[in-house]
Formats: sequence, structure tokens, C-alpha cells
Amino acid sequence: MTVLGGIGFTAPWLLLALLVLPVLWLILRAVPPAPIRRRFPGVALLLGLKDDETVSDRTPWWLLLLRMLAVAAIILGLAGPVLNPSEDQAQGDGPLLIVLDGSWAGATRWTEQEEAIAAQLTRASRAGRTVAFLDMARPEPPVFQTADVWRSRLPGFRPAPWQPDAARAAQAVSFAAAQDGFDTLWFSDGLDYPGREDALAAFESRGFVEVYQTAANVLALAPAGFEDGAVQLTALRAAAGPEREVTFQANGRDPAGNASILATASATFQAGNTIATTALALPSELRARITRFDLQGQRSAGTTTLADDGLRRREVALITGSENREGLPLLSPMHYIEQALLPTADLIRGDLRDVLPANPDVIVLADVATLAPAEAEQLGAWIDEGGMLVRFAGPRVAASDVSRIDEDPMMPVRLRSGGRTVGGAMSWGAPKKLAPFRETSPFFGLRIPDDVQVTSQVMAQPDPTLAARVIAELTDGTPLVTRKMREQGQIVLFHITATADWSTLPLSGLFVQMLERLAVSTSATRPSVTQLEGTTWTPELVMDGFGALRDAGTLPGVPGPDLLNAPPGPDMQPGIYASGDRRLARNVIEAETTITPVTWPVRIPVKGFAVPPEQPVAGWLLSLAILLLLADVVASLSLSGRLLGTVNRAAMVALAVTAGVMTPGTGHAQTPQADLFALDATAELALAYVQTGNQRVDEMSEAGLRGLSDTLFFRTSVEPAAPMGVDLEMDELAFFPILYWPITPDQPRPSSEAYAKLNEYLRSGGLILFDTRDADIARFGAASPNGRKLQDLAAPLDIPPLEPLPADHVLTRTFYLLQDFPGRHASRDVWVEAAPPDAEQVEGMPFRNLNDGVTPVVIGGNDWAAAWAVTSSGAPLVPIGRGFTGERQREIAFRFGVNLVMHVLTGNYKSDQVHVPALLDRLGQ
Amino acid sequence: MTPSTLSQDSSRPTALRADAESQAASLPALLARAEHLAGAVLLGDHGRRRAGMGDDFWQYRPAQSGDSRRLIDHRRSARGDQEFVREREWQIAQSVMLWVDQGASMRFSSADDLPLKADRARLLGLATAILLVRGGERVGLTGTALPPRRGNAQILRLAEMFTQDAAEDYAPPEHRAMIPSARALFISDFMGDIDEVRLALTKAADRGVRGVLMHILDPSEEAFPFRGRTIFESVGGSLSHETLKASELKDRYLERLAARKSELQKLCALTGWQYGLHHTDASAQSALLWLYRALDTGGLR
Repeated sequence: MTVLGGIGFTAPWLLLALLVLPVLWLILRAVPPAPIRRRFPGVALLLGLKDDETVSDRTPWWLLLLRMLAVAAIILGLAGPVLNPSEDQAQGDGPLLIVLDGSWAGATRWTEQEEAIAAQLTRASRAGRTVAFLDMARPEPPVFQTADVWRSRLPGFRPAPWQPDAARAAQAVSFAAAQDGFDTLWFSDGLDYPGREDALAAFESRGFVEVYQTAANVLALAPAGFEDGAVQLTALRAAAGPEREVTFQANGRDPAGNASILATASATFQAGNTIATTALALPSELRARITRFDLQGQRSAGTTTLADDGLRRREVALITGSENREGLPLLSPMHYIEQALLPTADLIRGDLRDVLPANPDVIVLADVATLAPAEAEQLGAWIDEGGMLVRFAGPRVAASDVSRIDEDPMMPVRLRSGGRTVGGAMSWGAPKKLAPFRETSPFFGLRIPDDVQVTSQVMAQPDPTLAARVIAELTDGTPLVTRKMREQGQIVLFHITATADWSTLPLSGLFVQMLERLAVSTSATRPSVTQLEGTTWTPELVMDGFGALRDAGTLPGVPGPDLLNAPPGPDMQPGIYASGDRRLARNVIEAETTITPVTWPVRIPVKGFAVPPEQPVAGWLLSLAILLLLADVVASLSLSGRLLGTVNRAAMVALAVTAGVMTPGTGHAQTPQADLFALDATAELALAYVQTGNQRVDEMSEAGLRGLSDTLFFRTSVEPAAPMGVDLEMDELAFFPILYWPITPDQPRPSSEAYAKLNEYLRSGGLILFDTRDADIARFGAASPNGRKLQDLAAPLDIPPLEPLPADHVLTRTFYLLQDFPGRHASRDVWVEAAPPDAEQVEGMPFRNLNDGVTPVVIGGNDWAAAWAVTSSGAPLVPIGRGFTGERQREIAFRFGVNLVMHVLTGNYKSDQVHVPALLDRLGQ
Repeated sequence: MTPSTLSQDSSRPTALRADAESQAASLPALLARAEHLAGAVLLGDHGRRRAGMGDDFWQYRPAQSGDSRRLIDHRRSARGDQEFVREREWQIAQSVMLWVDQGASMRFSSADDLPLKADRARLLGLATAILLVRGGERVGLTGTALPPRRGNAQILRLAEMFTQDAAEDYAPPEHRAMIPSARALFISDFMGDIDEVRLALTKAADRGVRGVLMHILDPSEEAFPFRGRTIFESVGGSLSHETLKASELKDRYLERLAARKSELQKLCALTGWQYGLHHTDASAQSALLWLYRALDTGGLR
């Protein structure tokens, strides 16, 4: 690759072609544009006109420039230009060791680091170097392989949720010592750790060392504490710098169970300070749902701190048998429990039935002997669902018969009557002490103070199940605390009072610890090593380097003290650990952890991740050339005038599109179809036909009514719109003055609702023209299928008596004077509503004085639609008759149509002429 | 199908039939449009009532000496003592001869939404003919092909004649067999030889024929919106003219066009004809109105 002025060219010799450009300029300039052939009748006037200039229209300079630019872009593009051509690696061509710190501190910028590593692998692959990886957080003997192999394995590297330490650094040093000579690229996370100096020295002894490190500061989040009713949050940063604000996020599940951010709080690093703290006050319900805190914009295990029982406050309901001794708080049965629980739990007091709906975690019954059956039932259900009932004995329990003969469901064991008293003034023996807790006991590991004495207690009845239920006993083996599991909940009985009457246990710290172990309360501070002595904690969820939690799977449990002491590592992964009902979080950053930024010796070159990648620009140049050539096409066309029509059309299309976009939604998009139909039908008068379902017949009906509409439009003042097809089942009929109903043998019979509509239509002045289209050869007998169908269809209709159209019917003179009513056929038989029987022709009158109103039906078989039918261009569709008589028949058919429509629209107006003699008579006087 | 293939195929009856059908298909459309156009004029402009069989009542006038006894209208005269003569409307039918340019130069339109000049010319000619026939006049073509007759059948024949395109580029006005003292209507773009027009008009004037020249032009023929190197060809292809800069020609073309118009007007003034100019982007209705009035005021009645 040749580099010219910061741009590399893969084929630099092609650039010589640029020399051709001036020649091309001259050639293009000399050639005139091609002529257009144009049809133009006015050419006769042009003949003999000479052009003023003998020179042809030259190509304008800017068009030439456009073309030159296009050619230049092609030449440059083909020469293969490359922006940011990377120089060859200076470190030679030996093996290359890529060292990763691989800790959580680099997790936030892991993808950038991956890209930087990939770029280095590309370069190494180009230089033919073998590459090995050494992860300082998880050192393994380096294996030198080709860079391409590593590139495919690169996504497999993940940050560890811990820091490299001295031991791992020593391991890495030993691995490095085993190799011959190699150059080192060290991708640092920016944090110092013990053993790093040694490793650096070891790598330097083998070859060149180059460090890649992000300039961003490393942030960390200390475990959340709970003080003064608020969650205390602390953020750390490695290097003190300018003022900077960070935002804490409290993550948890919302009431719907979805993971979400429950609360945020921000804190500010003062300039030159490495610690930022804030307090987040939350309602206890919300606080109990928090699972972890993290820092906004960071994605590492170090900026994630898990919440455990330390933030969770249990709701404890305290219920005593009697509160009759007012003003004696120290003698209250609940006093010591209250004092023990107050710092760590939310206490509820009240009647049992009031308390249960609040669904507390724990209910403490102090010296309550019997429960009402309803209470017992509710309490039992609550225990079955995971509640914990803690009972204390007392004088009432001792005196009652509860759990005496049969084991009470609300008691862990059967009790002997009376209890016992030891070490009192009136009894033998000394007060009893507690025996050390057994391993199966939840109290195992708690230290028993010497001054805990028990003087009175209730006694458990010996029983086969008793031994399994004892979790604390006295030195003489009598049970002190018994526990029974019941479904998902448990019942615990302290065989002593909750006051100091029967023992000194409530006065000692052991009492508080025992309550903690029972998870009645949760500790506000982290447990000490001694408190965890003897417990084993199994991991439930563990964190990876990015701070994401995943199921722990089959990871082994860890001893309690290790959970606090051991540094994080493969055996002690950060996460949530559980022991019994208690959960403890192990975070990457503990309260005492500090983070220090790394400082490299000046001899080591330190670079950032960002390496400007090579960027071939040939594609861009070639695209530019194509664009320029397209522009040239447009410009040439417009210059020669050929673009004119196209441009006009394009502009119109663009205008139309714009107008379409700009036009606000006219009409109602939600208008139902029926409304649209009604709008169409009522906007203008329209003739309508009944859709028979037979496509040919329907088309003919439409064409026929179109022809009739045109005729009406042309000859009369009736100006109908385009005819409409009517679906009897769906459409409203009331809009149409006339319905043309051709009969086909196979059309479906309308439903009863449709018949109801039709009858309503006929009663309200509509007219239906039935057309059997069979020339009426059967004269409405049963012989014609269409006739039969007509009888069938019309049977449910409300049709008055009919008669053949009489010669003096108003239909014969509503517009034209007619004697015949032909369609395609010329049968005379057309039936209309019969005249009233009393209509008699008066002497001297041209016709009878007939009733008002319009005949509701006209029945015939002349196939009028065919005679009326015209194509969309107005030409007749169907030949009628022969020759000129056929045309005459068509004309008469049109006239019948006009008369019919006029009859419908004007009623018996023309019949009023019957009164003309009388009117004339009156005028004469 | 071009006319040449048409004539070859016409030897076979089936081809002839199919060809006739396709030719005839355009006929009703033209007729319908022309009738529609004419109907509008009839209704809107005149409202002239037509009498039944052609003998319109004009007026009753008192009988004068010299009137034949047979002329006395007894029905009117019986109402009083005076005798009245029933006069009928003067109803000598005029003959109107049309010449609609069928040359190739008329088959041109500059845009898709504009009609061909020939279309517009035929439409105007036929609509005028319909109006005239309804007015009771006799209408025909100049020349011997279709002498003036009256009646609706003549409209059909005219429409049929109008569907025949002429092959030559610029058709000269047909001036043979002009009936003396008749009226004439020439519709053309008059792009051809002006001498032919002069000859036709002079001949018409000689025979006492007066009439109307309807000059039909496409908008592009008025605007000359051309640029760049162009070869202009006539529609028939017989003439062509090449220019290197079409835009330079515009002014001189417009001058020539104006000269052509003024010459036509001068010719009309000399021979007592009327000159009308119509562009195909204007409405046919207005042109028809003008035409009808021009023929009307020319003394048809």
C-alpha cells in the first residue's frame, strides 16, 4: 500500500489515469448534444428559418465539470484509497502475549476492550505472529496459537467478579518464566493489585511491554447499610478527580413481580475526594423488595451490591394474654421481646384477629393458653402458609389444660401439668443452665453466657417425637425450646416466660441472638465471625463480573466465617448465600475494601483502547460517481428540453401526494358501511335494482338503469346519479323511489326481515318493477320457471289486487303518450294495481277519474333492462329487434322507463287532467 | 391497426367485419358527445321551440287586398268581424357545408390530457351539424362526397364521414361543388399552404357563399415551449426542420404564426367570412356557442 498525504492507495498506478481528464474535457466540449425528434404540426411555419448562431449549443461548463468529477471519482475509487492506513506493528514478528487483568473493574468497558483486542489480533494476524492469552484473574498456562484461532475465542473471555491477587500474579510470573521470548500487550483494568509489579518485571524480561488502558476512572459501590431509618449508600472511585455526580439505583421487583428500578438517589464526589455517600429513605415495604443496588451507567460486579436480610425488617405481631397491669412496663410480658426486636423489626400490636389480615412474618404469643376456635383456625391457616408462631410459656399456660392429653395443633409438644420450679427458695437444687446447642439446632455455634439461669419452666411430656423437636435444652436434658414444623410454617415454644420471672435468658444477649437465628428478627449489622461460627451457607445466586446474577447451580456451600473473611475468588464467589431462613449477601466490595489506581513506570508506553480503524473509501467514491452520473442524466435531459413533460408530471404527482398527505381526514374513518351507503344513495336521486346474485343479470340491470338514467338526464329534469345495486338483506330501501327486480329462477328467497322491509317500502310509496324477462310467454302461469319464481318471491309481499295495465292508466301519459311498453320483448301484458271497482268512465271524459297514489308494483316480462342497457360510453349494449324498427322499439322502451320514473316521482299528477273540463267550465263563467 | 394493413386484411369478410365494428365503435361516442354538446346549447342559449312538421305559426295579420281567399284563417276570423291571414314562419331551409380538416397535422396533441385537434374539430363540426339539423337546415360536406340534406340520418352519415382520416399532412380546403349562396364552415389548423385557403375563400365568395373559419390550435403551437437541439417533424413525416437552438426560434415562429392569423383574418374580412380561433385546452362549449352564433348572425334566418 502506498500512502499519499495520509491516504493509502492499494493501486496507486491507476491515479495516472487522472491525466486523461483534460483530454476528455476537450472531446466532450466539442461534441454537441444529440438532437430530439419532435412531432410538431407547426413545422410548416418553421421552414426556411435559419439559426442565428452557426455554432451548436455547447455543453455548458458545469455539466462538463459534473462529468469530469464523476470520471475523477471513478478513477480515484478504483485506485483503492484507504483512510487511516495503520502502520505495521513495530514490535517485530515474534510471539505475542496478550495479558488481561480480567477483573470486574474492566467489565463496564469490556466491549471496547474486546474491540481493541480484536484490532490487535488483526494486526498480529497480518504480521503472522502467534498469540497467547493470559488472564491475570484466572491464570492458565499460555498457549501460543494463530491470531485467527484466538479471534473466534475472544467472546469467551469474561471478566471475573474478583481482582487478581498476589498468588495469581505469582502463578502468572511462573507461566511467563516458562516461555522463551515474547512481546506483551497488557490490557489493564486500571486498578492496582498486589503482585502486579512482579508480573510486569517478568514480562519485561521476556520482551517489549505495551499497556492498553482506558482513561476512565474505576467506580465501586460499598455495601448498603441501614441507619437512622434510611439506606446508606457509598460510592468509591479509584482516582480522586474533579467533581462528579453518580446515581444509585435500587433494583427490585415491583408489585407485579417485574424487575424494575424502585428508587434512585444521587451523590457527588467532591473534587479531590474518592468517596460519595447518600442516604435513601424508603418505606419498609418498598425496602423489603430491593434485591440490589448499582450505579447508573456502570456494569460491573464492583458497582453492584446485593441486599440481604440487613435491609429486610420483619413484621412481628406481639399478642399477650392480658394487659391488665398498667404502668408496670418492666413487668409486661412483652417488654423484653419488644426491646430485643425494636431495632430490627416492625412491631404490630393488637388483637389476634386484627393482626392476622396484616399477614405478619411472625406472631409472638406470650403466655396465651387457649385460642378461640375461630382464631385457632385462622392462625392455623396462616402458619400453613409460612407463618412463624413463637409462644412463650407462663403461669397461664402452666395452669391450663392446653396440649395436656393430646398435642394441641398450636403447640409443638405435649406439656405436663404444672411445670416445675428449680433452685427456688422452697425447692431443692440449683437453677439450671443451658446445655451447649446440638449441631442440628439452629442455635448451633452460639456462645452461652454463664449467667443464664432457668428457675422455672413448663415441662414437655416425654414422647417419641420429642427428641426431634428440641432445639435447646437445659443441662439436665429437659427441653427449653421446642419447635414443630407445620406445613410451610413452624411453631416454636419457649418453655419459659418472656419476662425475667422464670429465667435470666431474656436479660442476656443470647436471647437476641436466638431470636435472630430463628429469623424472628434480622440483624442490623453484619454478623460477626463468631456469630457465624459453625454455620454452613449455600450459594443461591452468584454474580458474574458484569454484576449479573445467575443461579448458583451446584456450587458447594461455604463455612460461615469464610463468608466474611475469605477474599472473593473461584471458591468464594460473590452472591446471595442462605442458611436456613437467613440470607446473607457476599459482595465484591466489602465495607473495608479500598480501590487504588494503577501507576505504570514511565518506560512503559500506555495507550488507550481506541485505535482508528482502517477505512477503505473506494465504495464511497464509486457511489459518488454513480450519483454524479445520475445527476448528469437529469441535467442533460433538462438541458435538451426532454425532461419537460416528465418534470411536469412528476411535479403533479408530487403535488397530488402532498395534497393527499396534507388533506386532513375527510369524513369519518369509522363510518359504518351502512352510513356510506345511505350517503351515496341520498346525495342524489338514484335508480336501484335488486341484486339477484347472478352476475350477468346484475350487470345487465346496472347497464339498463344507467341507460335509463342517461335518458332521463338528457330529456327530463330528473337527473339521477349512477344506479345502485341493493342487497335486500343488508341495505336500506327507503332511499330509492323505484326498485328494478329482475327475476332469475335461482335467486335466493329473501329473509323474513327483508320481506318486512320490502312491505314497509311498498306501503310508504315505493315502486317495484318486477321483470320476469321471459316475454311473458307463460302469462304468469306455472309453466315458466321465472313466473313460478315470481309467484314464490311475491307471495309474502303486501301487494294489492292487480289488473293488466288499462288503456287509460296514468302510466300511458306521465311524460310520453304511450300505448305499448316494450323492452327487449314487446309483450303488451304489464300488470299494475287494479283500479277501484267503482271507477266508471264518465261520458265525454278521456279517462276515468282514478284513485290517487302510485301503483306499488309493476309486473311484466319484457326484459326492459336489456333494452335500456348502454355501455359506459353510451352505446347500446344489446341489439333490439331488427333494423330501424328495433331502434324504434328501444326508443319506446326508453319512453316507458321515463314514464315509469315520472309516475313514481309525480304520482297521479297527469290524471288531474280529468278535471280540465271542469276547470275550463269555471273559467268560462 | 394502420390503414394500410386494414386495406390488405379487408379482403377477408371476417376481417372486414371486425374492422368495421372497431371503426363503428368510435362513432356513437362522437355522436353522443356531439349531441350532448348540442343539447346544452339548445337548452341554455335559445330555448327555441320546434314546430311539429315544420310549418311554424308566425303571426296573424289582417287580410289585405290581394291576399288569396284561401289564405284567410277562418277559425281566427270567426271570432270577430275582421278577416285574418295566418302567416307562417319563413322557412326556406339553408344549406350549410362543413369542411373539417382530416389531415394528419390535426392528429396532434401536446399533452395526454388534451384532445387531438382533429377530435375537437370533428366534435365541433358534428355538434354544429346537429344544431343546424334540429333547426331544420340542410347540412353536408363541401365537395361531392356528402351533399347537404336534412334529417337525423344525415348526422349519422356526417359522423361516419368524420371518422375517416386523410393521409396527407396538410389537407387543402375542399372547395368543389359549393352550392351558391349557401353557408360554409371550415374547421382546420390552417397550417398548410395559405394559397389553398385563399383560393377556397375566393371561390366561395364568388359563389356568394359566406361562412366561418374556425382556427383550431394546440396550446403548444401557441407557446412553442421547446429548447435545445431539435428536429421538428410534421405528424405525417413529410416535413422536417432541424435547429440547434429551438429556443432561439420561438420569437420568429410566433411572428409567423401571428402573420398567418392576421392573413386569415384579412382574407375573411375581404370575403365576408368570420374568423374564430379556438385552442384545444379551452372548453368546446364556448367554441360551439361562438360558432352557432356566428352562423346564426350570418343570416341563416
